[in-house]
Amino acid sequence: MARRLSPGLIRAALYVAGLMPASVAFAMGATGRLGADPVNAFLRMLGLWALRFLILSLCVTPLREIAGINLLRYRRALGLLAFWYALFHLTAYVGLDQGFDFPVLLADVEKRPFVILGMVAFLVLAGLAATSNRWSIRRLGPRWRALHRWVYPAACCAAIHFILSFKVLRPETLAYALAVALLLAWRVLPAGMRRRAALSR
Amino acid sequence: DPLRAAPGALSGTGLTPTPFQDATHYNNFYEFGLEKTDPAERSGDFHPRPWTVRVEGLVARPRTYDIDALLARPLEERLYRMRCVEAWSMVIPWIGFALADLLKEVEPLGSAKYVAFESVLRPAEMPGQDSMLHVLDWPYAEGLRLDEAMHPLTILAVGLYGRTLPNQNGAPVRLVVPWKYGFKGIKSIVRIRLTETRPRTAWNDRAPDEYGFYANVNPAVDHPRWSQATERPIGARGGFFGAARQPTLPFNGYAEQVAGLYAGMDLRRNF
Repeated sequence: MARRLSPGLIRAALYVAGLMPASVAFAMGATGRLGADPVNAFLRMLGLWALRFLILSLCVTPLREIAGINLLRYRRALGLLAFWYALFHLTAYVGLDQGFDFPVLLADVEKRPFVILGMVAFLVLAGLAATSNRWSIRRLGPRWRALHRWVYPAACCAAIHFILSFKVLRPETLAYALAVALLLAWRVLPAGMRRRAALSR
Repeated sequence: DPLRAAPGALSGTGLTPTPFQDATHYNNFYEFGLEKTDPAERSGDFHPRPWTVRVEGLVARPRTYDIDALLARPLEERLYRMRCVEAWSMVIPWIGFALADLLKEVEPLGSAKYVAFESVLRPAEMPGQDSMLHVLDWPYAEGLRLDEAMHPLTILAVGLYGRTLPNQNGAPVRLVVPWKYGFKGIKSIVRIRLTETRPRTAWNDRAPDEYGFYANVNPAVDHPRWSQATERPIGARGGFFGAARQPTLPFNGYAEQVAGLYAGMDLRRNF
């Protein structure tokens, strides 16, 4: 049964399932069923899902090298879902939370490292999303790979932004930061060590 | 338990109380966990009785008050704004009495300049205190200058919404200082100590650049990570589109009564 599912179908299912948390939360929030502080709850869940999809997209390479599972054909979908959630998160912040108060928003971006980190992560994801199509890949050639390595600093910024969004260090923020750190550490391991790790499976 | 009290002269007018459900299920009380829902969900094993509050330090007559004696005092209802440092706000009908009345009974000495408050330490009943994560130095501690503590707006609350304090709101007795950020309102108090030097306070110890000793609500002085200019009212019905952010008022709307306490002080430095 699973063998007969085409990658295209799985990708479509991934988008539908991936956008489900945002749709459900939006419907609940718009109808007053998202708790005492609905805008804040919505904002946080959108940001968290952006980080989750970002981390999932970073899992694709190590998963292939270590476990031999090839999910490359779904990586773009995961990256794009991360971008969409980052966009929803930013839109919810600008619109629902701050009520499009641009002077306050600009002052925030200007002086708060917490906000700057989030903005940097978003801008990078936007650039990567814009160049994620076949045409850009062909056109940019070898530069495309270099460009898309910007996902690493973006993930760092997102993880630190998540840590700073709470008053104190929390187990879940540390767990996400640790996941990002391990996934990036894998990238800087010498190729020989990566191959050995892969062979020992 | 039901607890009745008539509104006092200093109770706010023209304020709409936050729904009871939200005021008692959206709480910061890290002794029970980091989530807003933790205090209501995880405070069931907490025993607010028997309970005593020791008042000591630089006073002529140190005393230990039993909670029943505190509840038997003349109580009044105070409808106050509550502004959290996280930029959300509520309006809560507290029941309590002026801290000044209690302090006068113990007769502060001339050398007393500050009042230090300490919460109960009960890791067995408070899972947040038992946590591996060392979020704050337990027990929670807060402090006020003596003149702030003696201000008629400063109360010890033993109830809210016509009943005794639920565990998650700081049972059985807590501090309420309406012109300061909510974290100054130390909960489940066991000790009040008058001192000559400024006492340690829990959040100031944790991050002195983010949480000052004074912690007066001030829309002009931002938290390093977010603006304090506006606030999200909690519990407005209608979800996302229920109530927009509202401007935060200097001293949380109590400037007329308390601004004089800080005359000549640089409130940016003494935040």
